[in-house]
Amino acid sequence: MSICAHSATELKNKIDSGELSSAQVCRAFLDQIERLDEKIGAFIQVDPDQVLRDAEAIDQKRLRGETVGPLSGLPVAIKDNLCTQGQVTSCASKMLANFRPPYDATVIAKLRAADAVLIGKTNLDEFAMGGSTENSAVKQTANPWDVNRVPGGSSGGAAACVAAKMAPLSLGTDTGGSIRQPAAFCGVTGLKPTYGRVSRYGLVAFASSLDQIGPIAANAGDAALLLSAIAGHDALDSTSSPEAVPDYVDVVSQPLTGLKIGLVSEHHGAGVDSEVLSAVDQAVKVFHSLGAEVHEVSFPHSKYGIAAYYIIAPSEASSNLARFDSAHYGYRTDEATMMAELAAEKSANPKGEAESPLIRMYRKSRAEGFGTEVKRRIMLGTYALSAGYYDAYYLKALKVRRLIRQDYDQAFQQVDLVLGPSTPGLPFCLGEMADDPLSMYLQDLCTVGANLAGVPSISIPCGFSKSGLPIGLQLQGPAFAEAKLLQAAHMFQSQTDWHQRHPELP
Amino acid sequence: MSLNRSDVEKVALLARLQLSEVEVDAMTKQLGKIVAYVEMLSELDTNDVQPMAHAVELENVFADDVVRPSLDRMDALKNAPKADEECFRVPAVLGD
Repeated sequence: MSICAHSATELKNKIDSGELSSAQVCRAFLDQIERLDEKIGAFIQVDPDQVLRDAEAIDQKRLRGETVGPLSGLPVAIKDNLCTQGQVTSCASKMLANFRPPYDATVIAKLRAADAVLIGKTNLDEFAMGGSTENSAVKQTANPWDVNRVPGGSSGGAAACVAAKMAPLSLGTDTGGSIRQPAAFCGVTGLKPTYGRVSRYGLVAFASSLDQIGPIAANAGDAALLLSAIAGHDALDSTSSPEAVPDYVDVVSQPLTGLKIGLVSEHHGAGVDSEVLSAVDQAVKVFHSLGAEVHEVSFPHSKYGIAAYYIIAPSEASSNLARFDSAHYGYRTDEATMMAELAAEKSANPKGEAESPLIRMYRKSRAEGFGTEVKRRIMLGTYALSAGYYDAYYLKALKVRRLIRQDYDQAFQQVDLVLGPSTPGLPFCLGEMADDPLSMYLQDLCTVGANLAGVPSISIPCGFSKSGLPIGLQLQGPAFAEAKLLQAAHMFQSQTDWHQRHPELP
Repeated sequence: MSLNRSDVEKVALLARLQLSEVEVDAMTKQLGKIVAYVEMLSELDTNDVQPMAHAVELENVFADDVVRPSLDRMDALKNAPKADEECFRVPAVLGD
């Protein structure tokens, strides 16, 4: 069995026991990237020399008899919207193509402290806006199960690299499903933690009340290992929670007894692919066989989730992305061309009101630096927040958000966890939805609720279509129930082997 | 409520985006479709519902009032498209 075929937990044990060194493990994954990534396109940036230097430094530390952190020199891939000090953090945008953050995100500092090796930065939809990674300004990422299909998004690179065994662990971010949907499409395990469980300091903000960072891995045990390293309160993010962090690694393999699961009736019918539904039905049987009680629960406001989300998230995005002003950092339009353009406009229309050079600099720089989907969301959010529309759109959406949250509160009075598909459909073809943003948004049906309510949610593989494409099962829990989600996922994975299947790659 | 080209042009100025004619056309159509979709929220009676701006409705969080080192000026200027030793440089704001 090759090094890359092992789970992160197995590799950690091998490194800790001295059977393998961190450098050997990292070299194996670098080789895999070298071999496969031209086809998959999961990574935007890999610096093999730096990776090996970091791995060797951890091996040296161990040889000197010093304590090595819980990640033991394992390679971890980083979504490229997480700031890494001195190293380009582009958000897959032309706007930040040369941006080198002056500090590390808290999750990056925590990974370094836990002795992880950062193996590379992964591709995403520009500024994490999208569900296919096609909105990247850098490159296209392919689904390792079928390279003509999308890996999902926005953490498409983060999920694809784990599926193709180019990294054992990977950090993604999730604002409306951006960890869980690509995890489902790529046949891997992805967890969006409770809002506030993981510090967002140094995550380039998209929608601040919805964004969370979380682990993507081959199985629940590996996700627990990575979550343990990044969870916890941070003085640099005042929305991070002071709630104590349980030892996820310790509890993940403890089975739950008397587990009550609710099947989301609104996600179990029209609008969901029949193969996805039958895989979910099979998963229900697995949980039954493990002693869980499963009954239907209703989320009456579920059908309004996407509408509320596509007001709230773009509104927050329009505000967050106002910082890209081409003055402090980021892309700036060519000034000489811009000044010539203004002069020409003035001579053509001497009495007209001319735009100031500063305003024109903002407008042209942002027009050239942002891609189409980012512009669309900024426009949508600016519109929803503008005078005369604020009450009808933004305020209304915030009220509906509370109704959605109440659906969750009521469900969790009856059951411990709720279950349903992660996505309404199978991975779609590259380009299939490029001209239809609304259809693309509707793909977020099953995932946006957890972000609006702030609750944790995990996607795990639960089957394959006849055409060989992975299907994801979503489990959602009440706030801070990550341990329970991981335990339930582990129970499921101890009875099934969907998570152990690998795509056939050259 | 439908969106027209002049709404889109107005919003583009507010958003500090310069859109081409083609983009204004496409944006008018696409935003119109999305806005028509989100209109479904008006089916719900929310008169007695408090808006929820945040998932975790925390009380105000205060930081200790202590002096800490902040970002070095040169580090802050490093990513600027145009800067001198002290400041971010932008085109003239006042006068010609």
